[in-house]
Amino acid sequence: MLNLFFPEKTTVIVGLEIGTAKVAAVVGEVTDSGGVNVIGIGQCPSRGVRKGEVVNSDLAAEDVRNAIVEAEKSADVEIASVYLSVTGGHLTSLNTHGVFTAASDDHEISQPDVTEVLANAKVFNRPSENTVLHAIRQHFTLNGQAAITDPIGMLGGKLELDMHVVHGVTTRLQNPVRVVKGLNLEVEELVFSGLASSLALLDNEQKQMGVLVVDFGAGTTEYVVYADGVIKHTGILAVGGDHVTNDLSFGLRMAPARAGLLKREHGAATIEGAAGQTLTLTSENGFPDRRVNLEHLRRIMVARLDETLQLIDEDIGEKGFHDQLRAGVCLCGGGARIRGIEKLAEEVFDLPATLGRANAVGGLRSATDDPELATAVGLVKYGAIRQKGQRRVGLVGKLKHLAGSLGIF
Amino acid sequence: MTSTETTPTAAPVKKQLTIKVFGVGGCGGNVVAHISHEGFAGAQLIVLNTDSQALAQIPLPYKFNLGLKLNGGLGAGGDPERGRAAAEEDETRLRELCTGVDMVFICAGLGGGTGTGAGPVLARVAKECGALSLAFVTLPFDCEGPKRMRQARQGLEEFKAAADGVICLPNQKVFKLIDENTSVIETFSTTNELLAQGVRGIWQLVTRPGFINLDFADLCAVVRDRHSESSFASAEATGPHRAKEVVEKLMANPLLDGGAALGEADALLVSLMGGPGLTMAEVNRVMEQINRQTDNAHLIMGAAIEEALGDRMTVTLVASRKRSHAADLPKDTELEPVSKLETAPGARGGSDFDLLGAAIATKPVTRTAAAQAEPERVVVAVAETATDVAAPAPVAASRSWRSRKKTKVAHPELRLETVTKGPFEHSEPTLRNGEDLDVPTFVRRGMPMN
Ligand SMILES: Nc1nc2c(ncn2[C@@H]2O[C@H](COP(=O)(O)OP(=O)(O)OP(=O)(O)O)[C@@H](O)[C@H]2O)c(=O)[nH]1
Ligand SMILES: [Mg+2]
Repeated sequence: MLNLFFPEKTTVIVGLEIGTAKVAAVVGEVTDSGGVNVIGIGQCPSRGVRKGEVVNSDLAAEDVRNAIVEAEKSADVEIASVYLSVTGGHLTSLNTHGVFTAASDDHEISQPDVTEVLANAKVFNRPSENTVLHAIRQHFTLNGQAAITDPIGMLGGKLELDMHVVHGVTTRLQNPVRVVKGLNLEVEELVFSGLASSLALLDNEQKQMGVLVVDFGAGTTEYVVYADGVIKHTGILAVGGDHVTNDLSFGLRMAPARAGLLKREHGAATIEGAAGQTLTLTSENGFPDRRVNLEHLRRIMVARLDETLQLIDEDIGEKGFHDQLRAGVCLCGGGARIRGIEKLAEEVFDLPATLGRANAVGGLRSATDDPELATAVGLVKYGAIRQKGQRRVGLVGKLKHLAGSLGIF
Repeated sequence: MTSTETTPTAAPVKKQLTIKVFGVGGCGGNVVAHISHEGFAGAQLIVLNTDSQALAQIPLPYKFNLGLKLNGGLGAGGDPERGRAAAEEDETRLRELCTGVDMVFICAGLGGGTGTGAGPVLARVAKECGALSLAFVTLPFDCEGPKRMRQARQGLEEFKAAADGVICLPNQKVFKLIDENTSVIETFSTTNELLAQGVRGIWQLVTRPGFINLDFADLCAVVRDRHSESSFASAEATGPHRAKEVVEKLMANPLLDGGAALGEADALLVSLMGGPGLTMAEVNRVMEQINRQTDNAHLIMGAAIEEALGDRMTVTLVASRKRSHAADLPKDTELEPVSKLETAPGARGGSDFDLLGAAIATKPVTRTAAAQAEPERVVVAVAETATDVAAPAPVAASRSWRSRKKTKVAHPELRLETVTKGPFEHSEPTLRNGEDLDVPTFVRRGMPMN
């Protein structure tokens, strides 16, 4: 493999998602030129997770082990550490604002001033049991001049900083970490899974134009808003494909497993063409054993999907992002596989919607084309960005890293 | 209070009753839309909701958006307080709508915000305007979670306090009646259909030509100010043993809790319909059997001939029970139904009781409205001294519902267990604006059925 020939030059990065439906480990390598290639995948159905959070550590550990072993085989590497995605209804996000005022207006902004404004922006009300997961720099404003990326060396008396912060309940963030550590794996960093997905799907142009990424998972749905090249907003709804299945299971009166199967085979985000149609289901022995009204199936599904998208729409609408999303909506996650979901999203958001592909990375097509692997692939991308930043640590200095690394998002 | 001025013994003046049917909230709107589907002319159907989108989907002309100022047309988000506040904001308007009305039906699904919160306000306003108010409500499915159920129960209590009578048809109970090949969406339409039948049944009882004032007064006498809660069921049978079968089916109906609802009832309203072949003996047989199931219940009965029924016979029954078997009403708890009835002193004098013969005739009969005036319909109202309440009388039931019911009754519980246990039981509920998003969306939205 490549790393045999260029052992110091390529870095292997592993993204691990302990999802509600599946555990996925994606192995990527960062090439010399800074590109990211996926070289291996390991997956395992997930049994210990509900709504994005570990509820049964033993089962989760077993599933993670299986996924990691498979990924190691597939990439022919030994995995020692992972970037781990996290999600869950306990996550909260907000935009904060920091201010630094100098004695005079012709003050030259220096590193300590940036440090101070950063510290200032990190002061916000959060429950004591919460930990900050991400504090993502958006942009500086100097004497009222907005959208400055690097103010050091510029002259000005008032330096302001806008930041996007994601925080969550410490103990709940620790649960998946404990599972991973129990398998003698190191956790490099925790990453909000919506952020990871967006990194896999988006290019810089989309981030500049403004885009909404919706990752419709089994247990949760995450969303991320980019505009002017930075993250403006993130959110999570603890609603996902499992809810669709549960609605169907209840509405059509059948076991969840069967409802899930029907969802995948006959589901769609539209009732078009379903009127008056009946499905005849066969039992395990192959005998027709019951009938299902296709229109009801679809109506139940559409109601849930529509509601979920509406809730996201309301949230981003409230914050006034609608007209900043010139690149439209980008969908990923298992829910992106539902037929007609783009059309429904277009109707709800009144924006063009597309299915996301992990364009931001190369390598195994099976990984980059799979909307369900966006998070794990994105974790690799995240790791690559972080490690690039870290490599700079020695050269440019620690503060530069602190202020700069996350700004790339 | 125009209606109470009409005494039962007054000459049957054909006063045109003013009746309004209100649907409050998403479910209420659907029920009322259902009533109109069936071509229900005569009553004014009015839909009230806080949610302007839901309102727009109801294909009826009279709609009113409650609490626009308060909620901006966005619905009450599952919060009864907001529903109540919305109705209070528009109380003047509600009062206008209820002024000069003799009878108000209020249809609502309990558990959400609007029906649960605004419904009882409307009931109170209707009563204050002098109308007889009857509420037809549903309770949520078990799967909707304890919070919604708690909210619904609270709403039910408020309805009982505000309205003259409440007929409650829990969705979960109807769910048990439906065959497994049909989806829960059909539970909605079945419940809606049953509630619609209830409304139509009472409507017919009080508006049938020839019996108008009389029966409305009777209804008032039993229902007004009783604040009762009622169960409700209907059954149909054909063939030579139909009188026996129809009662058996009725007793097997889960909506009556295996007949227990009858034993506990202190008032019963029985509406019996059959084709031209309906005989008095059959009516007696049915009533006798029902009597045997009840203890000390006040009984109102109506029988009618409907050509269209042909060989079929349908019985619809409303069993009412006062909130508590309170000590303020001395009540004989011994179970000796028939003899008890025989010795019961007559409440009001009556005539024509020979029409009913045996079991019924032994009771003091209040009124058997002009059988001679309207030959194709026999209406008999029997009154007992018994404590209270009676409620509304519905009529024919949906065929599909009844024919499936029989196959379902055997093991409904088992099936329910497996179906309603969602995967979210052990995780934190997903709450948004007070709504539990784990509850199926189509249930919370109350999918409109077309
Ligand atoms: N039978 C029947 N039940 C319904 C229907 N729609 C909703 N329900 C039930 O009624 C309850 C209340 O739902 P809604 O009527 O939609 O609620 P609402 O009164 O509009 O309240 P908000 O939407 O919170 O303002 C639900 O919990 C369901 O159990 C329906 O069409 N038929
Ligand atoms: Mg509503």
